[in-house]
Amino acid sequence: MLNLPELENFEKITAKNIPTENYISPGHRACQGCAEILALGMVMKVAGPNTIVANATGCMEIVTSPFPQTAWKIPWIHVAFENTSAVASGIEAGIKAMSRKGRYSKELPNIIAVGGDGATADIGIQALSGALERGHNFLYVCLDNEAYMNTGIQRSSSTPYGASTTTSPFGSHSIGQTTWKKDMPAIAAAHNIPYVATANPGFHLDLMNKVKKALTINGPAYLHIYSACPTGWRSKPEKGIEVSKLAVQTKVFPLYEIINGKLTITKKINKPKPVVDYLKTQRRFAHLKEDDIKLIQEGVDEQYSKLLYLEGDTQES
Amino acid sequence: MTKAIGLEVSLAIAEAVKQANVDVVAAYPITPQTHIVEELSVYVANGELDAEYIPVESEHSALSAAVGSSAAGARTYTATAAQGLAFMHEILFITSGLRLPVVMTVANRAMSAPISIWNDHGDIMAERDIGWIQIFAENGQEAYELTIAAFKIAEDRKVLLPICVNVDGFILTHMIEPVTFIDQKKIDDFLPPYSPALTLDPDKPATFGPVGVPEVYIESRKQCEQALLNSKAVVQQVLEDWGKSCGGKYKLVEKNGNDKAKILFITMGSLGETTMTAVKELEESGESAGQVRIRLWRPFPREEFLEAIADADELIVIDRALSPGAHNGPVAQEIKALLFNESKRPKVHNVIAGLGGRDVTVKDFQKMYAMAKADELGPNYLIWGVRSDA
Ligand SMILES: Cc1ncc(C[n+]2csc(CCOP(=O)(O)OP(=O)(O)O)c2C)c(N)n1
Ligand code: SF4
Repeated sequence: MLNLPELENFEKITAKNIPTENYISPGHRACQGCAEILALGMVMKVAGPNTIVANATGCMEIVTSPFPQTAWKIPWIHVAFENTSAVASGIEAGIKAMSRKGRYSKELPNIIAVGGDGATADIGIQALSGALERGHNFLYVCLDNEAYMNTGIQRSSSTPYGASTTTSPFGSHSIGQTTWKKDMPAIAAAHNIPYVATANPGFHLDLMNKVKKALTINGPAYLHIYSACPTGWRSKPEKGIEVSKLAVQTKVFPLYEIINGKLTITKKINKPKPVVDYLKTQRRFAHLKEDDIKLIQEGVDEQYSKLLYLEGDTQES
Repeated sequence: MTKAIGLEVSLAIAEAVKQANVDVVAAYPITPQTHIVEELSVYVANGELDAEYIPVESEHSALSAAVGSSAAGARTYTATAAQGLAFMHEILFITSGLRLPVVMTVANRAMSAPISIWNDHGDIMAERDIGWIQIFAENGQEAYELTIAAFKIAEDRKVLLPICVNVDGFILTHMIEPVTFIDQKKIDDFLPPYSPALTLDPDKPATFGPVGVPEVYIESRKQCEQALLNSKAVVQQVLEDWGKSCGGKYKLVEKNGNDKAKILFITMGSLGETTMTAVKELEESGESAGQVRIRLWRPFPREEFLEAIADADELIVIDRALSPGAHNGPVAQEIKALLFNESKRPKVHNVIAGLGGRDVTVKDFQKMYAMAKADELGPNYLIWGVRSDA
């Protein structure tokens, strides 16, 4: 059960064979230093030309498609904010039926649904859950910039504790976001789908190999990608990759994959940097006091131990 | 054409969808539509219909999946009613905006609150302005035949718009009626597989649903409206061809009763059948009564309608929906607006009848007629049958 046959002859992407072709053209309108578009570009490099993307409303949709221009070199569809998984379900089903009936004679394409954290963890969670449960063969990519950026930095259920956003502003009576980040990969994994992983553009080979695995496996796959957003996080545009790396090195955003229920941490952090190193790179956390930071450090440590536990626990069985 | 068999109309609609050889059915149950998608699931389960059946988790996803599969080039069907239709609201606009020929049955049902599973047209009237072709069936045979014709209309390259076939909930959907099925061969000749102009094809990549900046939004909406207006000619042609090859005879607007009648009932949907009986009885007793049935609701067949009412002095427009605050039901509003610039304008009475499944009988129509003659229907609208003790 643990190893999927599709992964047996899996050829890893390395610095030597990294795909060079881009499927999102330069000239899109993402902000300077946007790591979300970088991550999406990496996903597309691996997916290649035989791919169809359904994109939820959000930054990536807006910046890549103002008519009459398009940054997409592959077929792409935007329908609405909350339904990209359902749209992808329809595309997959339609092509499957036509292929069976002899009206689609090419190799079946990769079908990828893309949504922000809002489109994934909040408004679109129902459609996502439905599509995962039904077992459509598609990859869902959540580009997690930890807020609704397209509408101007409002909090989402994926916004971390303490972050100041335009609807969770810090003030004399508030620390900012008062809830802890929703554990979306765990929710996806609870659907017992074959592949769930977290990724980060600061670790591009890891990210690309996860995309490749997700697309190789038959059935639904979920990839949760950390996506630094200098505009919304009030961080320096040129520091996107540095911030991304810090998120992993401080254990704030651990990298792992869950293949057929088995969790593996893909980047072990044995000598973590303190969380404060990460927090101070972003002005959304600038108001936090020492006690708040201590609390966040404890939260981060606890989450990481949970992963270690899950990793060990599943290995035993 | 074979012999008529007695069958629940929902099942006849499912048969039509099967005979149309759809590729994808996106299904979410809601009364009184449920029997259609249940029957389709059976067809798929036993191999009678080679299609992907997507048991989605909501109507919002039903239409969203339909958009995806239609954009991929697959012939796509879904069905809904009332709350389900309202839940699709946002995606209804997107389906027509993206010019996708999805076919949907709406088993017309009253909107909550209070929750009512019974028939009226409140659900579809709240969706008047979505850019879909909207057609009404009056009986089981029509529901069956129009469903097949709907695919032909929607997928015509000159049209490429979604279409909904309205059938009155329960009054039609759950009724056992004689239905004559059409030969599969005839249907296959009439309706070849969907051949879309543009799909999500990796060999010919296209961007569907980009951002409509202010410089292009109006133009794109205008194009959509133009496509809808242009669809009238195709609807007419398809219904005519359909009549020739398969027996059914449908017009966009149909007249019944005395051709020169002075007082005309205007109806849409299954109430037309009851009206027909009332008109017949009125005529037999020497009255000058007639009936005009609107089959195509969007795009509204303006010229055909004006021609149909050319000789009338008074119209009794029957609406099965309220348009709160507008002082007229939606159909009456449409007709009054249409007549405003005409030199000859019959008097328009508006009766809102049968909301939430309340029965409207032959006697009711006779009473309406008598009241119209006595000028007792009032200048705007009258909600029929409101109980004074309520
Ligand atoms: C039904 C609906 N509600 C609200 C919106 C407005 N809206 C568009 S994008 C967006 C936020 C997107 O946030 P997220 O999914 O996190 O993506 P990001 O822009 O951050 O990449 C919102 C609220 C909408 N388009 N549709
Ligand atoms: S707001 Fe953030 S996520 Fe959106 S384009 Fe700008 S940097 Fe990227």
